Amino acid sequence: MVTRQSDDNKSTQLDVLVAGAGYVGLATAVSIKQARPNLHIAIVDAAPAEVWRKDARASAIAAAACRMLDQLGCWEEIAPEAQAITSMVITDSKTSDPVRPVFLTFDGEVGTGEPFAHMVENKVLNGSLRRRAAELGIDIIEGVAVQAFEAGVAGSKVHLADGISFDVKLLIAADGVNSKLRDMAGIKTVRWEYGQSGIVCTVSHERPHGGRAEEHFLPAGPFATLPLKPTKDGVNRSSIVWNERTEDAEKLVNGDPFVFEIELEQRFGLQLGEIRVEDKPRAWPLGLTLARAFVANRFALAGDAAHGIHPISGQGLNLGFKDAAALAETIVEADRLGQDIGSLDVLERYEQWRRFDTVRMGVTTDVLNRLFSNDIAPIRAIRDIGLGLVDRVPRLKDYFIRQASGLTGETPRLLKGDAI
Amino acid sequence: MPDPRPSTIDAGEVERFSALAAEWWNPNGKFRPLHKFNPVRLGYIRDQVAARFGRDTHAARPFEGLRILDIGCGGGLLCEPMSRLGAEVVGADASTTNIEVAKIHAAEAGVSVDYRATTAEDLADAGEKFDVILNMEVVEHVADVELFVKKCGEMVKPGGIMFVATINRTFKALGLAIVGAEYVLRWLPRGTHQYGKLVRPEELDKALVGAGLATIDRTGVTYNPLSDRWQKSRDMDVNYMVLAEKAA
Repeated sequence: MVTRQSDDNKSTQLDVLVAGAGYVGLATAVSIKQARPNLHIAIVDAAPAEVWRKDARASAIAAAACRMLDQLGCWEEIAPEAQAITSMVITDSKTSDPVRPVFLTFDGEVGTGEPFAHMVENKVLNGSLRRRAAELGIDIIEGVAVQAFEAGVAGSKVHLADGISFDVKLLIAADGVNSKLRDMAGIKTVRWEYGQSGIVCTVSHERPHGGRAEEHFLPAGPFATLPLKPTKDGVNRSSIVWNERTEDAEKLVNGDPFVFEIELEQRFGLQLGEIRVEDKPRAWPLGLTLARAFVANRFALAGDAAHGIHPISGQGLNLGFKDAAALAETIVEADRLGQDIGSLDVLERYEQWRRFDTVRMGVTTDVLNRLFSNDIAPIRAIRDIGLGLVDRVPRLKDYFIRQASGLTGETPRLLKGDAI
Repeated sequence: MPDPRPSTIDAGEVERFSALAAEWWNPNGKFRPLHKFNPVRLGYIRDQVAARFGRDTHAARPFEGLRILDIGCGGGLLCEPMSRLGAEVVGADASTTNIEVAKIHAAEAGVSVDYRATTAEDLADAGEKFDVILNMEVVEHVADVELFVKKCGEMVKPGGIMFVATINRTFKALGLAIVGAEYVLRWLPRGTHQYGKLVRPEELDKALVGAGLATIDRTGVTYNPLSDRWQKSRDMDVNYMVLAEKAA
């Protein structure tokens, strides 16, 4: 007789356990549960409860991800806090150039009245997805790490650090670019370092931004300003993503705040009046990390755990949402066919679906970054011609807009705003 | 494929069966072609059963209350999904080895299937009746197609349906399903299919009529090498599936 492992010691049965309560993990769990209420799903996160409320970062949510949030019952709650990006300007310049030549301008609408992206603070996004998860009956276990797991024939036994264990059909790792679960599963990564860091902070400014985003390709790397919703007291704000060589970035964020503001002002310009740094700037080392496999038996990677990309084109969140939507659709369809949702032949469909897209996007942003982050005249000339061409050829520009809004490739249903 | 040797299963054999079960259910192992083929046939079965019996394909267990027979069930690749969809499933295979393998996997997966080492003839003679009979990739292996289909037909309840999936006897099938799949790509062991035993749709229709069933739907199934997936198609020259019903 074959005895099931769960008979030996008590452990809870789950269909899906998601590790990581960031927006990718939450969106994946909510997407599956909403379509298949019969599946038992829980989320576990190593971070202590309430820490997510302190995340000061904001993310650009492309039109496709926005449609998905609407389908998941979250957008209505997020919308009042979201700042639509109604236009985007891209320039290529040296910091010292008095006037920056504009090479590419976008009027940011994908369809009538639908902006191609919104800026939303992570805590707002996270809060709304958490509210929806609770509504659907998804448990979120906080402050506990996954310590180990063993994949077997019919399921995976997952042990948490507090001694609790689960028998799950499928374990999804959405635990970020330095995914511990990915390492435990023995999945290797390919990593390119840029020697660059992204400085992130929020600034307030005198005059309103009018929903305009700007991206300046400076020699050290791109400098982007992204419009945020004004505060309740009417303070105008923008989010800054500023790339510098890692050692310079460290000096800037750890040095004199006054020096930081001066350096920032040089790049930000004074067109919006006086500026002020609103929070402690932080620097994140940039790199491109790609997992060699996205799935293993009873195991799938989603979001940054599968692919951490350079934030140059603001595609991190949107690729993560695409993973969530594709993984959820794969699992829901398999469950509707009576298939074992954690089996490798089901998971391989997700891998096949997402890998090509991810690698292409990873390589595109990598090439863009290498192309733009230098000051060699011939290269500047080439890229200027390139950008100028893009602006002049409507179909190419359309492609860029659609790419930036996440609407190309074999699109998962949720990203089109349809139910799974 | 049939292995009629009677065998008494002792403890020493369980290990061998477990290893075989792992092989049957390894999507990248010997049975990879069946795993790749599974989604398209599962989709066809689910949609047609739902349409015939008025079920919601999005329900948690749409096949609740239906009695299904999978004849030639092998390691249980179809039985387990049918059971998860809510059906009461009997899996029959002439090979005792296959049945033991299927039982071990179902126990591990926590899925309930009534596996029996028996033949369609014996089940029919015992008076078994089913709402749905799955006859997938079997008719091209039996000695007498008409007799086999007739025996299966006897077990279909009035108003019930039978699915038959098989390979057409065409030169294209000879090229793709035998030379291509067995000799070139080595998806299947050589000798799995013999050209002379392949079944043309009109021959199958005739056998179905002889069994008191009428063909109500049919579809080709083709392989798309770019997506590495099987999909429904109008091309019935190689693989095809037929749905037949017994009048209520």
